[in-house]
Amino acid sequence: MTNVYLDNSATTRCLPQVVEAVTEVMLETYGNPSSLHKMGVEAEKLLKKARRQVASVLRVEDREIFFTSGGTEANNWALWGTANQRAGRGRHVVTTTIEHSSILESAKRLQEDGFTVSFLEVNQEGLVDPEQLQQILTEETILVSIMSVNNEVGSVQPLRELSRVIRSRAPQAVFHVDAVQSFGKLQLYPKELGIDLLSLSGHKIHGPKGVGALYIRRDVQVKPFLIGGEQENCFRAGTENVPGIVGLGKAAEIAGEKLAANDRKLYHLNRKLREGLANIPGAHINGPKSPDAAAPHIINMWFEGVDRGEVLLHSLESEGIYVSTGSACHSRREEASHVLKAMGLSGEALTGAIRVSLSYLNNEQEIDYFLEKLTDVVSELRELGS
Amino acid sequence: MRKVYLDHSATTPVHPEVVKTINHYLTEAWGNPSSIHSFGREARKGLEEAREKVAALMGANPEEIVFTSGGTEADNMAVIGGAYAREKDGKHLITSQIEHHAVLDAFKYLEKQGFEVTYLPVDEDGLVRVEDLRNAIRDDTTLISIMHVNNEIGTIQPIEEIGAIAREKGILFHVDAVQSYGKIPVDVNKLNADMLTASSHKIYGPKGVGCLYIRKGVRIPSYTHGGGQEKKRRPGTENVPGIVGFGKAAEIAAQELEGEMKRLTALRDKLIKGIEERIPEIRVNGHRTKRLPGNANISFRYIEGESLLLSLDMKGIAASSGSACTSGSLDPSHVLLAIGLSHEIAHGSLRMTLGRDNTEEDIDYVLEVLPEIVERLRSMSPLYQRKETCKQKECYAHVQ
Repeated sequence: MTNVYLDNSATTRCLPQVVEAVTEVMLETYGNPSSLHKMGVEAEKLLKKARRQVASVLRVEDREIFFTSGGTEANNWALWGTANQRAGRGRHVVTTTIEHSSILESAKRLQEDGFTVSFLEVNQEGLVDPEQLQQILTEETILVSIMSVNNEVGSVQPLRELSRVIRSRAPQAVFHVDAVQSFGKLQLYPKELGIDLLSLSGHKIHGPKGVGALYIRRDVQVKPFLIGGEQENCFRAGTENVPGIVGLGKAAEIAGEKLAANDRKLYHLNRKLREGLANIPGAHINGPKSPDAAAPHIINMWFEGVDRGEVLLHSLESEGIYVSTGSACHSRREEASHVLKAMGLSGEALTGAIRVSLSYLNNEQEIDYFLEKLTDVVSELRELGS
Repeated sequence: MRKVYLDHSATTPVHPEVVKTINHYLTEAWGNPSSIHSFGREARKGLEEAREKVAALMGANPEEIVFTSGGTEADNMAVIGGAYAREKDGKHLITSQIEHHAVLDAFKYLEKQGFEVTYLPVDEDGLVRVEDLRNAIRDDTTLISIMHVNNEIGTIQPIEEIGAIAREKGILFHVDAVQSYGKIPVDVNKLNADMLTASSHKIYGPKGVGCLYIRKGVRIPSYTHGGGQEKKRRPGTENVPGIVGFGKAAEIAAQELEGEMKRLTALRDKLIKGIEERIPEIRVNGHRTKRLPGNANISFRYIEGESLLLSLDMKGIAASSGSACTSGSLDPSHVLLAIGLSHEIAHGSLRMTLGRDNTEEDIDYVLEVLPEIVERLRSMSPLYQRKETCKQKECYAHVQ
């Protein structure tokens, strides 16, 4: 049976080159980078190379990249580390209602610790209003954390404008961006956008799971999150996951090299997908109406007369098509998506939604196959429902 | 040139069988375990099988295992989480002076947050005295954390006894078993542990993965916040290939443990005895018998450990001068100072940790190469020369 994997925002298949690099390190260059002997020095060199590979995709300095166990740790570190570093200057933190749970839960923890957290609302397209941010910022604001691409609906926040607002209204605040869904996919350069901290993850870009990084602008201070060792310049303790980091470096390099071409390919697939959906009666898209405000690789959709996304998901699965309902991290829970709810959606748009997420490895034939099967499955489900 | 890797307490090569398993989960079963489709289900199956294997090697139930990014995260989580879990009952905590920094720094952090910490001293062999522990316990003591095997000197602590006291007093007990798990028998019930840390890359598994055992019924606040993974105890997409590799490594360790213990103990004793016979003015650090099978830690007077290390490295022998995590720093090892060594002697220490690839021939090679290196370094050492001059003067004085 054909396998069409359209759940690339949940996780991706490791590239063969990545697997090769990871394997080589596990078998040959297995030293501990902190060891002084040759085995250690060799491992340290690999870390250095990977750091450069990641840094160049972001166009930042090597020493501004700190490896973590993944996006969740990077997000936890960014929030906890910044808030606790800056608690003396103020106790106000700003984020949005549609962030990934690792940001939302970290923000709630800060509330428990006595910080004031404002959760910016979004409009029906999943976009934050810079005007609203402007009104909420105060002299007490120490941190603003806003995601680049939303993992469920693909809305792309206007980071440039948001950054400008922060710089003029609360220049003392650190600006953190969760870029897990955009790193290696969109052209996103922290120095250009005035971003101080940025989280990224390996397994969303055909790299291995269990590895990610936090970009920390050189003159920004953040308290370490994992403690008890001098790794990562004393900022992140624990023996470095050398094979994982090497894999992330390789995946970043490959994604970075083809960033512009991949971007074009994804926009093309996206357009094809949108055109196809327009031909299915009663099909709707949750998220930005204008493709300019939408990431090309994530489309959230629902169909009149189909009230359970999970049923749609399994029907597609029986045709060899893999999608998700909302984010993978929540899919095992029964609750409806906090993102869709924050966008004011209800009814079938909320409970019947599925997410299609693309990779540059997907092709036109797969999209055609998906659209064909989707059309059939949706009519079948409608017949069953009526 | 012969290559002899004697730094297995820093990290280990990944077992080829483990690599094979990992490759399957990188290339075939690469789904996200939280996904409800078959890619996700397959990954989840691997994850849960690994949990069973990791649990079995410590006598725990699979649901008591929480996977982490490694030993450091598990230690941070256990110590800081444990302290806050029992905050209402008191703010006094007990650990030892020779713990790994992942534990020590977590306690230092807690001190800044208003907790009070007793750092138990150790005897000259590196053992915690059970009497000291008893005396340190107060009504408001809520957490004890003692490592099973010390990473530098290999001394095995009387964990069963310490755990029994903690249990009797109703105090949470955490054991950092990073250096013992998979190398000597570890049983959470025998040790009376409420929490126990293990790491994958010390037992021929991949780096970037470890676990914290949390006894059923013990609740600690999670360290990282986010998604519902690991039953909400540790969010973040699971490192499936890493975890499955850890599981495979635990499975192999379980099969080989007994044989390897015997074999490595014999090799270690041969190494220590050989050095004692060939090189004067040395000190064997750590307990002679209550000791990790593969650990030899020796101080050579009048020598800088770092020069020794680099000289050995030129001969193809990879060893360490203390733990890898702090080997970049110039401070002498806190462990060696705690067992009573002077700064000077602590600086001249060498840790050799043996593992599954080491053979008799490796030991013979070390015993052939090491005395020459020590002799050469000593001959260049001003301290050694002064001592030799003093000796001559002494003789002279004696004759007079």
